Amino acid sequence: MKELIMIIIGSALVNNVVLSQFLGLCPFIGVSKKTNTAAGMGAAVIFVITVASVLCSIIFSKLLVPLEMEYLQTIVFILVIACLVQFVELILKKYSRPLYSALGVYLPLITTNCAVLGVALINVTEDYGLLTSTINGFGTAAGFTIAIVIMAGIRERIEYNDITKSFQGSPIVLITAGLMAMAFFGFAGL
Amino acid sequence: MKMNKYVERIYNGVIKENPTFIMMLGMCPTLAVTTSGNNGLYMGLTTTVVLAMSNLLIAALRKLIPDKVRIPAYIVVVASLVTIVQLLLEAYLPVVNELLGIYIPLIVVNCIILGRAEAYAAKNSVGLSLFDGIGMGLGFTFALSIIGSFRELLGAGTIFSFKITPDSFEPITIFILAPGALFTLAILTALQNKFKLPSATNGSVSNSIGCGGDCSHCMGSTCTTNREEIASQDEVATTKMKAAKQTEINETQNQK
Repeated sequence: MKELIMIIIGSALVNNVVLSQFLGLCPFIGVSKKTNTAAGMGAAVIFVITVASVLCSIIFSKLLVPLEMEYLQTIVFILVIACLVQFVELILKKYSRPLYSALGVYLPLITTNCAVLGVALINVTEDYGLLTSTINGFGTAAGFTIAIVIMAGIRERIEYNDITKSFQGSPIVLITAGLMAMAFFGFAGL
Repeated sequence: MKMNKYVERIYNGVIKENPTFIMMLGMCPTLAVTTSGNNGLYMGLTTTVVLAMSNLLIAALRKLIPDKVRIPAYIVVVASLVTIVQLLLEAYLPVVNELLGIYIPLIVVNCIILGRAEAYAAKNSVGLSLFDGIGMGLGFTFALSIIGSFRELLGAGTIFSFKITPDSFEPITIFILAPGALFTLAILTALQNKFKLPSATNGSVSNSIGCGGDCSHCMGSTCTTNREEIASQDEVATTKMKAAKQTEINETQNQK
């Protein structure tokens, strides 16, 4: 139990997926203009990454390892993730309209979010079991959500500030992300 | 001067539409692996091989792949190539494999590759697509090596592992850590804004690559509606906020 909590803290805060590993940086910069859209994206990412880590972990240990085809992991994982995203979208559309209207927009964008594939691959390289993979996936996604929501909050404030002309737009966003990354170094002491 | 059209593709990839400096594509590997000039160079060359081969194969298969399933088909092609390259690296250059680690399989989701497949290889001949891939790949390699060397110089006082700064220079370690990558990119884009150089970040480049430098919009036609929806959601939110502020102002005036 203690080990699992350590994994959650480690993947969400200490090794934050966006700020220290640079996975999923594009949505982090692209979809962080408003807090509510950022939160929507975060929720969709938590959902997809957790389910994807469960599926990829099961497929790897029950299918690829017995068949001795571990080298196919990249192809299999990316296909699983792409199908999963489409599947989740269809199911939500059919059975849960409110959830679909909240998350639906972000779902197709997630296939190319490298954090999803990244987590699945990290789970395999670190030899995590099913439970540990799930926890690691959830922790990583939670870290992504924390980072993107904080970023959106800061960007909403930045809008009202007087910034040097050449730093307007993406440079100031990158500087902010850099400062956040420095702040997240503080968690390394945990 | 009229250039040979193959040479023109190389020039286009390295200078005119440089994927990193001008198109701002594939930012995740750009930031993650450029802790030194060497790392940037290795990552760039690995990506170049995958990009050239994927452009070649996709251009060759462009008439066979039905339009509706083209994105999954491209992903399968790219993922197979990445697996082959990874196995070759493991066998012949284990040092590079060790250095780049998880970022090699992640080349699959690098949007330069899908972007070029969608924007160029799907419409042009095999030879031109191959040269387009090589050009774009070399442009990426060039950019990563420069960013990597800059960070290595400031963060460790070396370039490609040769020490060039005097002993009195205290390296600014932050530049080879995660925040340094973001600061370096921020300075770069700020300079581009300052001198009004063409770049996707200041909107002065006409984007032939669908996703406009934003990986999350890489999925081609599926995302156009999404983008519109997100934009309209944003708009609704702003109008709501404005309305709320207006009523607040009205109330305060009424109280007076």
